[in-house]
Amino acid sequence: MSIDIDTAARVAKLARIKVEPEALPALAAEFNAILGFIEQLGELDVDNVEPMTSVTPMALPRRADVVTDGNQQAKVLANAPDAREGFFAVPKVVE
Amino acid sequence: MSDLTKLTIAGARDALRKGDVTSVALTEACLNAIDAADALGAFVHKTPEIAMERAKAADARIATGDAPDMCGIPVGIKDLFCTEGVPSQAASKILEGFLPQYESTVSGQLRDAGAVMLGKLNMDEFAMGSSNETSVYGNAVNPWRAGNSDAALTPGGSSGGSASAVAADLCLAATGTDTGGSIRQPAAFTGIVGLKPTYGRCSRWGIVAFASSLDQAGPMTKTVRDAAIMGRAMMGHDPKDSTSANMAVPDFEAMLTGDIRGKVIGIPKEYRMDGMPPEIEALWTEGTAMLRDAGAEIRDITLPHTRYALPAYYVIAPAEASSNLARYDGVRFGHRAKLAPGDGITEMYEKTRAEGFGPEVQRRVMIGTYVLSAGFYDAYYNRARKVRALIKRDFEDVFDAGIDAILTPATPSAAFALGKEVADPVEMYLNDVFTVTVNLAGLPGVAVPTGQDAQGLPLGLQLIGRPWEEGELLNTAYALENAAGFVAKPAKWW
Repeated sequence: MSIDIDTAARVAKLARIKVEPEALPALAAEFNAILGFIEQLGELDVDNVEPMTSVTPMALPRRADVVTDGNQQAKVLANAPDAREGFFAVPKVVE
Repeated sequence: MSDLTKLTIAGARDALRKGDVTSVALTEACLNAIDAADALGAFVHKTPEIAMERAKAADARIATGDAPDMCGIPVGIKDLFCTEGVPSQAASKILEGFLPQYESTVSGQLRDAGAVMLGKLNMDEFAMGSSNETSVYGNAVNPWRAGNSDAALTPGGSSGGSASAVAADLCLAATGTDTGGSIRQPAAFTGIVGLKPTYGRCSRWGIVAFASSLDQAGPMTKTVRDAAIMGRAMMGHDPKDSTSANMAVPDFEAMLTGDIRGKVIGIPKEYRMDGMPPEIEALWTEGTAMLRDAGAEIRDITLPHTRYALPAYYVIAPAEASSNLARYDGVRFGHRAKLAPGDGITEMYEKTRAEGFGPEVQRRVMIGTYVLSAGFYDAYYNRARKVRALIKRDFEDVFDAGIDAILTPATPSAAFALGKEVADPVEMYLNDVFTVTVNLAGLPGVAVPTGQDAQGLPLGLQLIGRPWEEGELLNTAYALENAAGFVAKPAKWW
């Protein structure tokens, strides 16, 4: 599987990382080097193997569905690049 | 008073209780050593006020006669741990200025046990790297140098600042985290002990996430005994981490008898790699002989899927990272790019992440995005998870056959020069070839310094144990440490 420049651009878009067009060929080459390394996995027969979901067999713990925390608006907003009137502020998303 | 910084945790604990030293004196000695060691790039945020305040409180607590082992012990904390009110930016530009409003469970447990935080330690950005060269703070540098050369060597990564600081006696011990070898490889490169506990032993809550199914915190210390003491203080059940194990943490130090007679040590043939340097081969042979002489039975074993561990890791870890790092979007914390007129929210995300993430992090986020994308999920991600199951089964088979622990080299080489391997990501990934299997299988592993190469650089061996049996693993490591008698220290140049 070889990654071309269009695929590299699509992956960058999906990852929400801006990549300048002139940087795409080098990026595609890097992807191909890493994916070439990963291709070895294709040598193994994994037909009857279940994919691992948890390295230690365990049931997900449960607890009562009750409020355990809250009323920390100031702390939640303390690190926001732009907080206004108790909210996170972002560029306009709805016209 | 500079000798105070050379103390072990156990030595300092005993001296504190006897009244031979105070935590204030220990802490001042460490702070002075840190200020004189900026050339190592180990401490990236110093917290002398917090340290002195905690040292005074520790001295008062010790005077009451009822203080835990870690009380009054000066330690460094890897920058990956969120520490309340203290910068915690995972060595990334994207978390510049971030001041956590809470304390990670592990650093909080150490704080509550009376440990003294000296500051935050350098690392690879988001723990992605094996040489500490992807850090926004610049490189951490190994206090060791090769022979008479003054070339700067890597302390390893990602916990490079932790390793450098402990090896250079800037602190008595440090926290590290290990996703593919990030505690054990830097420990081996700097002649110290590094323990990666069983997955689920240490809470991940409040530790900046890289690959959640692999990440595990652990101690980086001068001796195995110290790893037992500090490890116990870091572990324990935490309801805030759903993968945290609800199991009692034993007194590991009390289990250090050094008696390993009758234990069965496995030597996996697949770890004998083509092109392995003769020094590593000799180190491994010598370590095997040490354990045999201590009364252990040595048995050749096979872990047939070993060679597929690194490729599986480089699917699974980037996949999880691409998901975990989606939270860095410039909305809730950290860096937000300056926007041009007309830029909308998508441009904000894309510019923020391009400016905030370094090249290796961008590369891994995009690889992870690719292997999880429609059409490739089965071919890459699901296949890697199946291979992971096979790797774990390899270990289960040998443990079922009666193996108590497995001895391997910790790294394929001694510490290399900074700048040497930056150009080739895949070459850099090979650093983790002996350690990454342990993360994929969720097992405990420990690196122990056992020798030096021809140029005097430290070399380490790795012991891998059964899940949840850190106590027995540390006891085997203790026997190895006793037999190896590694006491070399780097000559001070900084």
